[in-house]
Amino acid sequence: MSEGQRATIRFSVNERPESVTAHPLRRLLDVLREDLHLTGTKEGCGEGECGACAVLLDGEVVNSCLIPILQVQDARVVTIEGLAQNDKARLLQESFIQCGGAQCGICTPGMIVASWNLLERNPLPTDKDLRNALSGNLCRCTGYTRIFDAIKTASGKLAQAAAK
Amino acid sequence: MRSYLPRYEMQAPRDLAEAFELMAAQPGEWKPFAGGTDLMVLLEQGKLAHRKFLSVTHIAELHGIEISSSHVAIGALNTYSQLQRNSMLRDEFPLLCQAARETGSIANQNRGTLGGNIANASPAADSPPALLVYDAELELTSKRGARWIPYARFHTGYKQMDMAPEEIISRIRLPRSGKQWKQYYRKVGTRRAQAISKVCFAGAAEIGDGKIRDIRVALGSVAPTVLRCVKTEALLLKSTGPSRIKDAQEQLAAEMSPVDDFRSNARYRTWVAQNLLAEFLLQL
Repeated sequence: MSEGQRATIRFSVNERPESVTAHPLRRLLDVLREDLHLTGTKEGCGEGECGACAVLLDGEVVNSCLIPILQVQDARVVTIEGLAQNDKARLLQESFIQCGGAQCGICTPGMIVASWNLLERNPLPTDKDLRNALSGNLCRCTGYTRIFDAIKTASGKLAQAAAK
Repeated sequence: MRSYLPRYEMQAPRDLAEAFELMAAQPGEWKPFAGGTDLMVLLEQGKLAHRKFLSVTHIAELHGIEISSSHVAIGALNTYSQLQRNSMLRDEFPLLCQAARETGSIANQNRGTLGGNIANASPAADSPPALLVYDAELELTSKRGARWIPYARFHTGYKQMDMAPEEIISRIRLPRSGKQWKQYYRKVGTRRAQAISKVCFAGAAEIGDGKIRDIRVALGSVAPTVLRCVKTEALLLKSTGPSRIKDAQEQLAAEMSPVDDFRSNARYRTWVAQNLLAEFLLQL
């Protein structure tokens, strides 16, 4: 069976240069998980509704299930694995654990990516800011309250760290 | 089931000239592909009928927002996030910014574009009612040049557009009226965030000496296309009596042709649209 059209796409993932030869409409999500073995990014709905596959593309949160790899040419992608290398973002991850913000774990990488993107722009978010920033991330376990607690806890710790 | 990718093709022309060359060489074969928030969903569901796409997101000529004394011209590839970040749009065209804020999640607002929303031609889209209220015009560009058309005449039927296969929506232009509009936008969906509208309402009115001097009403999700309710507007300009809200609600229902579908039903949509009209009028 023919593989159809192929294109070579160069971009960076977690600050590492990558080059992938794939069908231009292959989803960024599949390239990350299957070609680059970065399986921290999860597939939930596959239609841009749930946010489980959220990554940062040139600093903005996007659903990687809706991005054809051709549109990632020359872009900077940061996944949950990249955030795990960042001391400040790891503080957010620890707050999720401490506050019970993660249960089954499928939504967690997307929740952390989206909430990290919020904290970078707005270090002291209000409850309304939090709800708005995470409105595209669905969780069926926690009821969200513990996730919001985790982000507020991280926000406080980051403010403390910055004041030192 | 997911689409079989080898059936599809995608190219990324460097600029509009290269895109037009490809489109002219094989008329009707190549369609623009912007942020992908609609097309990638269809691809995933195995429902993407068209096969050949031109990725346009990186084409510089389709970006940017130009402000002149009489108009603002919005590049078709502005995302919903970019619209919300523009202070001039927030000041003078708040309905468009509110529509942008209420469309999808932040991740989708970071990818979805105004031009893509127009070309997707959904009658349930959230920015078109605001564009209708502001008398938007569209710039359609092809190898032959550019033409401007009133947005109110662009959608000619369900998913039908007054656009040739070799044309691209390049810019959206809004006149700066200078009027002191009182403005109202409300989207009603299954939940506050991210839902597709059951009814979407945009209105603007200019009031002088306690009277309506000018009024605009547009609705989404109540007809085969987004709808500017010109008869309701005309009635509201004339009528002053105590029954004017009720009369306008009846006229509005007569102008709409809502359907029963999986998102809502015609009766609910009619009631909600009428109630939104009353809420708008009572705030004037």
